[in-house]
Amino acid sequence: MDTTEYLGVFIDESNEHLEVLYNQLLVLEKKPQDKSIVEEIFRAAHTLKGMSATMGYNDLANLTHKLENVFDAIKEGNVVVNAEVIDILFDAVDHLNAMVEHISTGGDGSRNVEQIVDQLKRIETDEAVTISSTSKTSTIEKKKQYLHEVDEFELTILKESADRGYTNFEITVTLREDCLLKGARVFMVFEVLEKMGEIIKSEPSVNQLEEEEFDQSFTVLFISEHSKAYIASSINKVSEIEKVDVCPFSVTAYEENLEKSKELRNQEKETTKDITDGTKNQTKTATHKTVRVNIERLDILMNLFEELVVDRGRLEQLAVDLEHADLQETVEHMSRVSNDLQNIILTMRMVPIEQVFNRFPRMIRQLARDLQKNVDIEIIGAETELDRTVIDEIGDPLVHLIRNAIDHGIEKPEERLTKGKQEKGTIKLEAYHSGNHVFIEIKDDGVGINKEKVLSKALKKGIITENQAELLTDQQVFELIMASGFSTADTVSDISGRGVGLDVVKNTIESLGGRIQIDAKQNQGSTFSIQLPLTLSIISVLLIELQQEKYAIPLSSIIETAIIHRDDIMHAHNTKVIDFRGKVVPLSFLNDIFEVPTTDEEDPYLSVVIVKKGEKLTGLIVDSFIGQQEVVLKSLGNYLSNTFAISGATILGDGEVALIIDSNSLIK
Amino acid sequence: MENEVMSNRKVIVFQLGNEEYAVSVLQVGSIERMIPITRVPQTANFVKGVINLRGVVTPIIDLRLRFGMEESAFNESTRIIIVYVDDMEVGLIVDAANDVIDIPESEIEPAPEVIGSVDADYIEGVAKLETRLLILLDLQSVLTEDEIHELKSVEG
Repeated sequence: MDTTEYLGVFIDESNEHLEVLYNQLLVLEKKPQDKSIVEEIFRAAHTLKGMSATMGYNDLANLTHKLENVFDAIKEGNVVVNAEVIDILFDAVDHLNAMVEHISTGGDGSRNVEQIVDQLKRIETDEAVTISSTSKTSTIEKKKQYLHEVDEFELTILKESADRGYTNFEITVTLREDCLLKGARVFMVFEVLEKMGEIIKSEPSVNQLEEEEFDQSFTVLFISEHSKAYIASSINKVSEIEKVDVCPFSVTAYEENLEKSKELRNQEKETTKDITDGTKNQTKTATHKTVRVNIERLDILMNLFEELVVDRGRLEQLAVDLEHADLQETVEHMSRVSNDLQNIILTMRMVPIEQVFNRFPRMIRQLARDLQKNVDIEIIGAETELDRTVIDEIGDPLVHLIRNAIDHGIEKPEERLTKGKQEKGTIKLEAYHSGNHVFIEIKDDGVGINKEKVLSKALKKGIITENQAELLTDQQVFELIMASGFSTADTVSDISGRGVGLDVVKNTIESLGGRIQIDAKQNQGSTFSIQLPLTLSIISVLLIELQQEKYAIPLSSIIETAIIHRDDIMHAHNTKVIDFRGKVVPLSFLNDIFEVPTTDEEDPYLSVVIVKKGEKLTGLIVDSFIGQQEVVLKSLGNYLSNTFAISGATILGDGEVALIIDSNSLIK
Repeated sequence: MENEVMSNRKVIVFQLGNEEYAVSVLQVGSIERMIPITRVPQTANFVKGVINLRGVVTPIIDLRLRFGMEESAFNESTRIIIVYVDDMEVGLIVDAANDVIDIPESEIEPAPEVIGSVDADYIEGVAKLETRLLILLDLQSVLTEDEIHELKSVEG
């Protein structure tokens, strides 16, 4: 059978399964009793075996088969999962990985695996005691799970309040669909509520609400002495609210319900342990079922689609001009369909950074073991989405930084103890969106960076001169470690310390149009902060008008919008300022800055967009607000790469180009 | 015979005022009719703005202004020639673009000194074809950033 044409698919899928194996093994190490994990591993191993046998890679199939046997034994309870077993399993998967790599570089995937096969056999036949504690732990976990929505503490408060004559309410607030700044509205509602009583819980959580990670509505549990009608009317005073539902919340009824659902679920899922993690993992793997598409095709698809949008705009105009009802209706329908299509195409290119982050826990585990250090990893914001091209490039630099953090940053356990730190070091990996950028932070709680050492070394290596050294800020000093030909470790280790790494990291990030910053405190740790542009990613913007021209301001930098009277403008040292919620905020007149051809009509009222850069605020004066929209960020092209205060452009639904304002450069 | 064919240069001919200019077809992506241009603030005066060229935001410069000629209103024959130079993609506004011709390399002469003022270093040469005189443009210099900065600083 000629299998060459399936080779690509085979390699891709094998890698996918290997990743599942790695990740699930890590989880298994932490929760050796969880059978659902073993099952997932088993499935991955099984598929891999089948595929490699079909493709004729016998060594691969053979080893996978042995691996499968071990998992089967674990599943049956014949083998106890301990650190030693996990190590061997990891080794086996490493072998598999090497084989697949060999195949992908044109080899036949053969490899000497006798030793590992032996080890696997030994585990398999080692009929150890079955795990007895399983049932016990799982029941405890189950109980917790059902109380998850309102925890016991909250229930107690609710009960007490009822005893003291207050009333418990469950309030559901629905915002209007066109609500611009949902986060702000939520804040206002919370402010109103806090005046009348106490908020016990909100669903989604306050953080999610602030991040606007909810649809149109949210629910809070609320204690108050006021009446239902009073509360409802107070909330309704906040604008842009569609609907407010206030219902009394009865603790006893809740508990009864809980009891019922618990019984139900117990019957349904008797076999699955640790439901939270189990279901989570399952849904995750389900969404990862994908069809692979060449990214170039996606580019072509997007460009073709945009042409379609231009024609759609023309059709819409024609339909209006001709006043033909049927035509108008058809065109309207087409617009709706193409809007949906647009959303799908745009999101297709975005990939959660999870893909990159996923390989780190295993890497850190291995490294920490090699270096005899105790390191924990904490990952935040793995769901942050980035353009596919950026994702592909960012992996290696991150690996490098993490290796550095473990090797140079985190101290050995004894050393940490003498310094009064926890024995276990932590590396925190965090990704988030801000403005037109995605930030990735790698933070460790290790030794930090010794400023003096860096300086003296940089001087010795001739990277800077004495005079320059005096003028450098702390951050600039830290950034010297990324200069080429620099290495702070006194001894060169395998892991890092050759001094070639960090400047490569810096170059890669800069070639992606990003920046890297270093911050460190002696003996408290260091933070590497990478800022990456969202090339071709979708951002939410506020569209505004300056005379006839349309511009977009990224919503993430906007605090709020307001309308002020010209008389409210004050002058402070030749600068026009306004008093905004007790703060003096300078104003920027965009019409002047962008030299917009103006017709001199002086409106007594001005529209202001308050934007922030860190702690600083500025009010941008615009002519009018158009509304919020999701747009694709595009570059202005290499020819105009350095335009002041413009970070890019976007193509609006009608095919017109609107410039995106980089509000950061307008704030001094 | 074959050598002669090889030494021909295929160019696109376009007009600015009364003069005819030429750029190599290899550098030209497409020729477009006028489409709405979005102005980009704080750029040199000859940068007209950007257009949506089939989903790609493309900067547009007005060649008349770039060459220090008088601006003229756009009309039916006005065209945008999309050119690729290095990794840049730029549209050039010209009065008309109407011809693709072969110029034998032998007919190309260096730019005459008389018009070789400071501004004219973007002229690669001239070609005389029967009664026509074609000015061959060196697009690289037409688009180089230095030029833009220079102009910017002159404008103050």
